[in-house]
Amino acid sequence: MPPPTGPAARGPLLGYALFAAAIAAVWGIEAYAIPWTDPYLTGIVIRIGMSLLAVMGLALVLGFTGQFSLGHAGFMAVGAYGTAMVVLHTGIHPMIGVFFGGLAAAFAGLLVGLPTLRLTGDYLAVVTLGFNGIILVFIQNTPALGGAAGLTGLPVVTTFGWTFTWVLLGALFIRNLLNSSHGRVFAAVRDNEIALRSLGVDTTRAKVIAFVVGAFWAGVAGGLLSLYRASIFPSQFQFERSIDILAMVVLGGTGSLSGPLLAAAALTALPEVLRPIADYRMIIYSLLLIVTMIVRPQGLLGGKELIDLFRRRPAAAKASGGKAA
Amino acid sequence: MILFLQQLINGLSLGAIYALIALGYTMVYGTLQLINFAHGEVYMMGAFAALYLAKWLGVDQNPSVPGVIVVALGAMVFCAVLGMTIERVAYRPLRKSSRLNMLITAIGVSLLLQNIGLLAFGALQSFPSLLPEAKWELTAGLVLRSQDVQIFSTTVALMLALHHIVERTQIGRAMRAVSHSRDTAALMGIPVDRVVSFTFAIGSVLAGAAALLIALDKHKIEPTMGSAYGLKAFVAAVLGGIGSIPGAVAGGLLLGLAETLVSGYIASTWRDAIAFILLIGILLYKPSGLFGKHTVEKV
Repeated sequence: MPPPTGPAARGPLLGYALFAAAIAAVWGIEAYAIPWTDPYLTGIVIRIGMSLLAVMGLALVLGFTGQFSLGHAGFMAVGAYGTAMVVLHTGIHPMIGVFFGGLAAAFAGLLVGLPTLRLTGDYLAVVTLGFNGIILVFIQNTPALGGAAGLTGLPVVTTFGWTFTWVLLGALFIRNLLNSSHGRVFAAVRDNEIALRSLGVDTTRAKVIAFVVGAFWAGVAGGLLSLYRASIFPSQFQFERSIDILAMVVLGGTGSLSGPLLAAAALTALPEVLRPIADYRMIIYSLLLIVTMIVRPQGLLGGKELIDLFRRRPAAAKASGGKAA
Repeated sequence: MILFLQQLINGLSLGAIYALIALGYTMVYGTLQLINFAHGEVYMMGAFAALYLAKWLGVDQNPSVPGVIVVALGAMVFCAVLGMTIERVAYRPLRKSSRLNMLITAIGVSLLLQNIGLLAFGALQSFPSLLPEAKWELTAGLVLRSQDVQIFSTTVALMLALHHIVERTQIGRAMRAVSHSRDTAALMGIPVDRVVSFTFAIGSVLAGAAALLIALDKHKIEPTMGSAYGLKAFVAAVLGGIGSIPGAVAGGLLLGLAETLVSGYIASTWRDAIAFILLIGILLYKPSGLFGKHTVEKV
């Protein structure tokens, strides 16, 4: 057996043990800490969890694969309404409904991605932006989906425990995907698509995979949202929501997973902490986007992970030396 | 048949507006390969500039043709300055960085202007009629409004002026050279920065004219009108072949017709979806657009 290399060298077992410990910790908190916590605070933490899921998907599409999607809230809408339909019309467990919501969003991602991902990134930006609009027009005009008035009467099952179980599953899935050969193709698509094509790699296929996976996790975030307050409205999934998610990924750092997650937590909590600035949120976001692009285009943790900051220096030096060779 | 002809008039009128805005997108894309998302917001700001200028000059109290011309020129100059400022402040520092970064910046500028508009102007404002309005019944049921005539005649005049500038003047030749190859143009001694700035100015002037025309037609303006019209005008530019000036005009008219026909014969609620259905269709079958040239990627 060849010796394992790269991140797997630490042993897959350790990773899965950590994952199991994290799941146990989440349910421990759910059982012993949440009942004593202020529900308002719990609500913020649950909303942070949903942002984390949505941001993971876009970090994969935009940060790691370099494809500019502007309609992430549209996929959240598909996930939310898909979950709601499954939960309302079948008797299955709502969390399995969330999985189906994610699948619906992934299918929508496939439909949008297949024709557009063959072309350069600019078209994807416009088509996803348009998709966000179309999906809302569709929901508003479909009585079965509640129209503009929204859909009510859903069960309330999105708890801290379920939300963060999904977050951990998502983080594990995306981390493993990035460490696989798929992940290296994604990074190569971002860095030099033409060179990759000349090596015989099907870049469209790689982009579609990243896009569909990103849409799936956005759909899961939407599904959890639909089971959080017993009702959903088309207005929850407008373009502004897509921009929120985009800002989190760009500010957190493209090519990093922990950076965007950190930004998602901060930007979801910030308007709650600083109520007076809530009205100026979009102005602050837009200024942050422009200034970040001009001053620090790689974002907070561009290309690095949080854990890299705590590693010993020689390891980091060796890694960069290896890249240059 | 009468209904169809009526939809044709309405559609061409709407399409002319789309065409004017689409020209700004297509010219900027031609020179910088950037989707200037902020272009729609320049158009929105043009409408509000026209409104405040008209109020300040008192043109809304006693309308006159010279007054309207002054308001129109004022709005167009305002848009030109705004467009050039955006390019200078937000896009020029990023000229060397990746297209993704420029695109994110463009989104940022667009959001910034739209939200400044929402804070400064509120939600919706009514726009006074500055010109006498008339309706002519051509045959039974077929109505031609004076606003339609205004839109057609102004659009045609502006297109002829644009054609003259691009094809017959020194700066127009420089624009074509820069859009052909920015690096080669720079080597030939063409001041690329000044040409790009001029391109933004021309596109913004057309957007300002479109804003005044639509304000005089609909009599209401709002800070979100930029994203609504801007996005569709961009689709029109892609439809015609991004980077192509005749393509932008054709795409605009085509999209205007498609939208009015859909709202006339299917349902007005689906009107907003048709632009993107057309866009996805054209991307599937002819990604370079109706008038676009097929380009070969070079490494």
